[in-house]
Amino acid sequence: MNKTSNKFRHLVWPLVSLALLLLFNALFTKNFFKIEIKKQDSAQAVQALSGTAESPRPGTSWITPENYEAAGDSAEAAANAASENAGAAANAASDAAGQQQAVPEKKDGNGVSIFGYYLYGTPIDILNQGSKVMVLAIGMTLVIATGGIDISVGAVMAIAGAIAALLISMLDAGNCPGASMGPAFYWIIPVAAALVLSSIAGFWNGMLVAGFGIQPMVATLVLMVAGRGVAQLITDGQIITFDNPGLVFLCNGHALFLPFSVWIVVTMYVIAGLLTRKTAFGLFIESVGNNERASRYAGIEARRIKWLTYVICGFCAGVAGLLAASNIKCADSNNAGLNLELDAILATVIGGTSMAGGRFFLSGSLVGAILIQTLTTTMYMKNVSPAIVQVPKAMVVIIVCLLQSPVFRAKVLSVFASKAAKGGVQ
Amino acid sequence: MKKFKFPMRYVPISATILVFFVVYLIGIISFDNFGSPKVFLDLFIDNAYLGIAVIGTALVILTGGIDLSVGSIIAFTSILIAKMIESGCNALWAIALALVIGILFGMLQGWLIHCFSLPPFLVTLAGMFFIRGCGFIVSEKSIPIKNDRVFDFIQNNLTVTLGKGLHLRFIVILYIVVLVIAIVFSQRTRAGRSIYAIGDNELAATLMGIPVGRTKILTYTIAGFCSALAGVVYAIYLKAGNPLNCVGLEMDAIAAVVIGGTLLTGGVGYVFGSLFGVLVLGLIQTLIIFDGRINSWWTRIIVGLLVLAFIFMQNLITKISKSKSKSH
Repeated sequence: MNKTSNKFRHLVWPLVSLALLLLFNALFTKNFFKIEIKKQDSAQAVQALSGTAESPRPGTSWITPENYEAAGDSAEAAANAASENAGAAANAASDAAGQQQAVPEKKDGNGVSIFGYYLYGTPIDILNQGSKVMVLAIGMTLVIATGGIDISVGAVMAIAGAIAALLISMLDAGNCPGASMGPAFYWIIPVAAALVLSSIAGFWNGMLVAGFGIQPMVATLVLMVAGRGVAQLITDGQIITFDNPGLVFLCNGHALFLPFSVWIVVTMYVIAGLLTRKTAFGLFIESVGNNERASRYAGIEARRIKWLTYVICGFCAGVAGLLAASNIKCADSNNAGLNLELDAILATVIGGTSMAGGRFFLSGSLVGAILIQTLTTTMYMKNVSPAIVQVPKAMVVIIVCLLQSPVFRAKVLSVFASKAAKGGVQ
Repeated sequence: MKKFKFPMRYVPISATILVFFVVYLIGIISFDNFGSPKVFLDLFIDNAYLGIAVIGTALVILTGGIDLSVGSIIAFTSILIAKMIESGCNALWAIALALVIGILFGMLQGWLIHCFSLPPFLVTLAGMFFIRGCGFIVSEKSIPIKNDRVFDFIQNNLTVTLGKGLHLRFIVILYIVVLVIAIVFSQRTRAGRSIYAIGDNELAATLMGIPVGRTKILTYTIAGFCSALAGVVYAIYLKAGNPLNCVGLEMDAIAAVVIGGTLLTGGVGYVFGSLFGVLVLGLIQTLIIFDGRINSWWTRIIVGLLVLAFIFMQNLITKISKSKSKSH
């Protein structure tokens, strides 16, 4: 096998699954691939897809405000779309409320869209909604590559969202240093605070795993259990809502034709890719994952490398937490990032990264995350209840895992081989 | 002369029991009536389902695996029973079907884990999603269990009265019976000892001729059964089924196992310890309810810290026993 095909072999099965899914959508889902270029100001002139009469869908997963305007500012339609969108019934109410607020704000032209034009359609929306899992998957891939696992990312997301929402509400009220910068700029403070705090959470995980030598699953379990409590403590058990344009822009704004969150993912992917493929860091991670003791004897600071991957993972969880909070314009400590650690791990494993550590594929993880989100969105568009979506999701996960399992391949191959041998004898 | 030495392997479980009594003592000192037998019995009634689920989780963790599908199976079982009773089916048939599904589901998970050497974490994770979704397919809304002969019989006739106002309810008796069976199974049967051997060193167990595959699949099957039984108990306890119940219960179960002195890497620990793990979790909740001023999310933080403390203790013990075995 030549070099190129080896390099991309891990991507084959996820891409095949994704292609099958897209093919299914192309054939059976109306307007799935319809992408429109929209202009910020002439939004009313263009009729949104979900509002048209011939569309079979009650509502699709969009975040763009045009949806609601075209639907005649109907609050019901907004709630409908939002509940399809959010997946969790608990989030639906806050979602709908959040997005209704989004409409006047964008009309005011609070710098929500750069250049005024952006793409608009289901595939774009899949990217936007999948951005959280994609960001998480980048950090998770590095951690899993060292042979570890971080199951606390969901709780860290909740913490990041909580501290950001708390600080922004304090800044809005003016009782926090930095409020003099004005709402157009001071959102940087909560963003920075959230990222620092989530990095500290990652540092804590790294300390337990690399510093004290506790097995990763157990060490991160501590923060997973306690983290949501901490987030509740930060927000005092309340759901804090905010409408700061800067913070809302993260997951609801557009830049350079695409949702801004997509650019965040791209930036983080490029940085992570450069860090791991253009410096020795990636090699060190793989060597630690392969054999920690051997790499330590080879002069690699194995502990420090592991520690660092957990900090990066915490940072990524912080970014994802900000995206999640920005998406629904509030910090919900109970539901933010709930079960997302599982999605992130699934995306990583689907992407070909071995749970045993030692090899990792960032691009594969991103494809895995997109696959999961495409599956989810497809289900919603087929009117499947968000709760039931889990069933096919689980089956896809098992099938992809089986296809990637060397044991399964060997067994299937041996069955074919024995059949072929029998046929030959006859 | 040989000096009496407290065996190292009893340290974690002793610590668990100690923690239990310390927390209990704090409760008795701080609040009137905390020491009343009714509070103690309520501890069992409120946590019987968790306790039964934790037994399965403890066995799986002893083999070095993990089971994340616990909470979902409980939710699925309870909603299935409620739905079947609502549609006029005999409750006994409903319970039997639920248990059989639990057993088959556990067996399927064990088979996938063993035969294709997939990570237990992933398989049971997918199982968790799958069975939770199945619960929603059965019904998306909570269904009450009303006027059912079997459930009424369980509540009215299968309760042992210990004294004035003190009732040993059926679910508590069931929990204790299952616990005793599990303790005997893990300590006194060949399969039970095999679980410890596999958790300690799977390769060595294979080389010794222990039927690793069979034992592992058996363990996951038992875990599936325990979760389904926990679902039955939950349905009896609440007299309702709800597919949204017990989200995240698997983490409570794992925490209870860790607090109960079982090493998450497998091979070390006692099923008996899980009883105290569950009771400590229940006690912390009861304390916070008694206090009334502390916010309930402190439960999560305290449980997290307790888990951390036990992990540190176990790490220390592992290190000490390793250095001892080296010096010999």
